[in-house]
Amino acid sequence: MTLGYISKRLFHLALIMFGVSVVVFLMLRMIPGDPAQLLLGEFASPEELARLREQLGLNQSLFTQFWIYISNIVQGDMGHSIRTNAPVTGEIWVRLIATLELSLAAMCIATFFGIAAGVMSAVKQHSLWDYGAMFMALVGVSMPIFWLGLMLIYLFAVKFPLLPMMGRISLGLEVPDVTGLMVVDAVVAGSWQSFVSALKHLLLPAFTLATIPMAIVARITRSAMLEVLNMDYVRTARAKGMTELVVIFRHALRNAFLPVVTVLGLNLGLLLGGAVLTETIFSWPGLGRYVVDSLSGRDYAAVQGCILVFALLMAVINLAVDLIYVVLDPRIRVNE
Amino acid sequence: MEPILQIQNLTTRFTTKRGDLTAVDGVDLHINPGETLGVVGESGCGKSVTALSILQLLPRPIARIAGGSILFKGQNLVTAPLPVIRNIRGNQISMIFQEPMTSLNPVYTVGFQIMEPLRKHRSMKKAAARQEAAGLLDLVGIPEPRSRLDDYPHQLSGGMRQRVMIAMALACRPDLMIADEPTTALDVTIQAQILELMKQLQKEIGMAVMLITHDLGVVAETCHRVVVMYAGKMVESADVNVLFSRPAHPYTRGLFDSLPKRGCTGPLPTIKGAVPSLLNLPPGCAFQDRCDAASARCRQTPPWQEVAEGHGVRCWHPLEVSP
Repeated sequence: MTLGYISKRLFHLALIMFGVSVVVFLMLRMIPGDPAQLLLGEFASPEELARLREQLGLNQSLFTQFWIYISNIVQGDMGHSIRTNAPVTGEIWVRLIATLELSLAAMCIATFFGIAAGVMSAVKQHSLWDYGAMFMALVGVSMPIFWLGLMLIYLFAVKFPLLPMMGRISLGLEVPDVTGLMVVDAVVAGSWQSFVSALKHLLLPAFTLATIPMAIVARITRSAMLEVLNMDYVRTARAKGMTELVVIFRHALRNAFLPVVTVLGLNLGLLLGGAVLTETIFSWPGLGRYVVDSLSGRDYAAVQGCILVFALLMAVINLAVDLIYVVLDPRIRVNE
Repeated sequence: MEPILQIQNLTTRFTTKRGDLTAVDGVDLHINPGETLGVVGESGCGKSVTALSILQLLPRPIARIAGGSILFKGQNLVTAPLPVIRNIRGNQISMIFQEPMTSLNPVYTVGFQIMEPLRKHRSMKKAAARQEAAGLLDLVGIPEPRSRLDDYPHQLSGGMRQRVMIAMALACRPDLMIADEPTTALDVTIQAQILELMKQLQKEIGMAVMLITHDLGVVAETCHRVVVMYAGKMVESADVNVLFSRPAHPYTRGLFDSLPKRGCTGPLPTIKGAVPSLLNLPPGCAFQDRCDAASARCRQTPPWQEVAEGHGVRCWHPLEVSP
């Protein structure tokens, strides 16, 4: 993998982000009517409107407005929330970290169990295990998340109170904020009790969120493995005297990874932006809930900020997926 | 001389949606140390399945060995447990395949793939295995072997990949190498190079070779003895010179007649009809519907008979073989 390739891709990423900023900027300005009026509502006084127009720079030309907007963004300033009057950047950051912790935990669960189930199904095709696992996968993708979340809460928090039903850590257990990821911060602080508490809080929502991607990963892994296991090079590996474990994990799985990585990337993007239901059910202070609250509160600065952050996350995930391709498959390297 | 591999009455069956079929039906053959045995026949005659049966590489679960024995150095491979078979695979018996383009794993370097059997069967350390792998690439005539070790299969041509496959098969200096149509997918010039290489390496290492092919030219150039198969059964077996000069089975004769000859004008003779489906074989000799010499007797399965010393045939009406 060359440095040139990475820098080229980073340049593309910057270009995409610029495009997204333009679209987001124009969105608000294209809405018919006066943004200030929109923001303040129909009963605002003319003085208030004038003050807000001045504050938002609406009296200047479109180009000047865009320049101010872009230079603010580059400096990390995405405006103030009209609901809390706090800087949007800070509000998004805190929630983004919470969402990241939840999504990454969910992805780990989905990747590990999804791949394991898919490999087992492919290796033991047409067995009871295969039919069982694929039936569970079908159930997994069809299950309404809010229902599953509520059932899990009922089962593991109410009926058998093993796990907490909401929040990120037990009350009274504070960990110093280093990364913002509770589980990691607990380790950094060296507090075993906090670590266990944070992990327990993470378990139910992460599992809920992992259900759908886990089912998809299992199905994709199964079909990719079935194809690869029939390849000539798998027979070659057996003919060399390799054990079944080496044949399956070293020779077959590595080749079956490409479609799985694609699906994992797409799903991580979806999880980061779409964990609204799970976050609501488990009162997880994440980005999904923040967007919904901002939308219903007509908090345009916050919505704008969220759109930009989602776009950036998607672009970064795509880039990561492409880089992983290059690492996994040497045939892609020559075509760079 | 004690044969290194002795196959007796081998029967391999496939379960398909349209019913069971017998891909290999009562094959008896042996290979002596250092010898090259050719196994010839059309596609679907069971020659590849015979080869895959030896190392138990049959596609599971649809194929299984239904009977017979395969003795390798006195051990029956049909009943041997899988760990024992794994110790023989790539170590004492190795195999190369028809498709060099797809037989190497695309995501690992050729060096890594050649080192695998060395590290497993010879318990070599990484550095020693790498050294040995470079030597093997040199042996199969790949220039600059050291830097080639780090190449991926897609960076090599078809001929080069087949050389890598051969290097891999030779890694542990096997007693027997099974080559399943090793040159079929290659250009004619590369074909000749690969065959020449195999011949020369066989002499150097002193291993036996089982060469599976449908190409009679390849057989004439490389084999000591030949077995002809038709519809899952062995129909003739003889020394290469005997077979080419005095074929006893009408099918073998038909194969030779359909080869182009120098100075011959006009259309090539062919064997009339087509190979019958293994799911729907006629009773008795499978070749009867295509055979000019066929009689009512051919409805019964012909026995294996020796028409001369070391020359066997399965036919009621063998052709005149006396010189």
